[in-house]
Amino acid sequence: MRDEIREKIQKNSKATYQEIFGKLLVSISIIIILLIVSAIFGFIFSKGIATFTENNAQVKDFFTGTNWNPSMNEKGHPQVGALPMILGSFGVTLLAAIFVTPFAIGTALYITELASKKMKKILQIVIELLVGIPSVVYGFIGLNVVVPFIRENFGGTGYGILAGAVVLFVMILPTVTSLTVDSLKAVPKHYRSASLALGATPWQTMFHVTLKAATSGILTAIVFGMARAFGEALAVQMVIGNASLMPTSLLNPASTLTSVLTMGIGNTVMGTVGNNALWSLALVLLAMSLIFNLIVRLIGRKDIK
Amino acid sequence: MEYNLKDKYILQLNEKEKALETRDLNIFYGEKQALFDGNLQFERYKITSLIGASGSGKSTFLRSLNRMNEGVADVKGSILYRGIDINSPKINVYEMRKYIGMVFQRPNPFSKSIYENITFALKENGIKDKEKLAEIVETSLKQAALWDEVKDDLNKSALALSGGQQQRLCIARAIAMKPDILLLDEPASALDPISTAKIEETLLELKEKYTLIIVTHNMQQASRISDYTVFFHLGNVIEYNKTKNIFTNPKIKLTEDYISGNFG
Repeated sequence: MRDEIREKIQKNSKATYQEIFGKLLVSISIIIILLIVSAIFGFIFSKGIATFTENNAQVKDFFTGTNWNPSMNEKGHPQVGALPMILGSFGVTLLAAIFVTPFAIGTALYITELASKKMKKILQIVIELLVGIPSVVYGFIGLNVVVPFIRENFGGTGYGILAGAVVLFVMILPTVTSLTVDSLKAVPKHYRSASLALGATPWQTMFHVTLKAATSGILTAIVFGMARAFGEALAVQMVIGNASLMPTSLLNPASTLTSVLTMGIGNTVMGTVGNNALWSLALVLLAMSLIFNLIVRLIGRKDIK
Repeated sequence: MEYNLKDKYILQLNEKEKALETRDLNIFYGEKQALFDGNLQFERYKITSLIGASGSGKSTFLRSLNRMNEGVADVKGSILYRGIDINSPKINVYEMRKYIGMVFQRPNPFSKSIYENITFALKENGIKDKEKLAEIVETSLKQAALWDEVKDDLNKSALALSGGQQQRLCIARAIAMKPDILLLDEPASALDPISTAKIEETLLELKEKYTLIIVTHNMQQASRISDYTVFFHLGNVIEYNKTKNIFTNPKIKLTEDYISGNFG
């Protein structure tokens, strides 16, 4: 009997092989994912820099130039000034983030702190529904409601950064709200009890204790929303006006990186300057989504300290 | 008051009595050393208590004994079980843990029925015979003194049990594997006095068949149930002796001060 156990402990068993097999399975899936991701990066990167290496465009022109007309040459360099699109993308994203923050926090506070159980369920369903609406539908509503509303009340054609930001605000609201709800829910109940037991009102508790404890989670939610807004193409393209001009006002037609990409990618031939220039825009988009990711990571890390 | 951590008294056992032995066990969390030269021998079919303040290394030591610290801490030295070093990388850890079981501080039943909580590990080990499973469930629940309270609703969720019952279920779950040695990490510290008393009764019955090593914060508990007691301080084993000797006639000043509450 004694020796039997002793031998068992020293020998590999079925469990050992199961373990090796499991590890192998997991490693294979992670390797495939890594390959796919690096292939996407490599592809976009190599295509994206072709504008500068093969077509002789200048990096400085790309980021500071305001003329976007890749097929035209100017002193031997194609005109690939992407500044209007870069500004357009940042414009709609930041504006949408500014709109969304108070609404998302307000809604989330209502859901987590004030609503009855029944109300909570209803709101949860409403938010989930909003997430599921396809972006073309948002674009349509933007086209038929937001654009005329802006035209009549603020002037201009109605197409422009403001319209884009309003549509994006509605689009990212559910994402930001539900992530904010999660981070508020993660604040331990005893924080609230501690504050209430010191005589603070629910309002004071909400603002100075609960929100404070959830700050990094809420920031993460907003950055996620911004990343989504930055990458959204269809709905924005429908309401922004699509003019590759420097945005001088929120009401003038403008364009974003994504809108130029979706409009142009079907109308250019692979390998031409026009096509390569679009890949350069895609590279900027990719870099931005990396930066958004990095910001989320940094916020998360600060939380631990 | 200054104590010399080199002042030690470590009891030595006969070769025949040993169920488990550690030799020069040093445990590191990264750069920080949590245990210095742990040399201890545990007697078969006895209860040994590990006592000491928080951060004294007793839990770290206990968790190393069935290599639950793997990937968390770096454990150097040897742990001898049945004449072999189970701290060696060649050891089949999964097999070894069947013979050296562990019960944790917080009751951690799976969110399954009471019955399935106990049969989980058995089924994973290839025991499929329903009658045999039912028999093991009954005997281990009886040994953990839980049978009379739950025999009519074995299919109820384990999470519906009280904290004390959950902890006894965890003990039953561990002994269903018929281990040689059972490690318990403050098994009663999250429980009320009545549940604690029941757990202690259970442990005293279990020592007829198992070797028990228990970490406890509660010195009365150590003196009530254990045959041997080890006192840890700042990662050092200061004194190891029969429980009655440690509590009535400690050999080291530090132990005496800790036990009488004149610490620091």
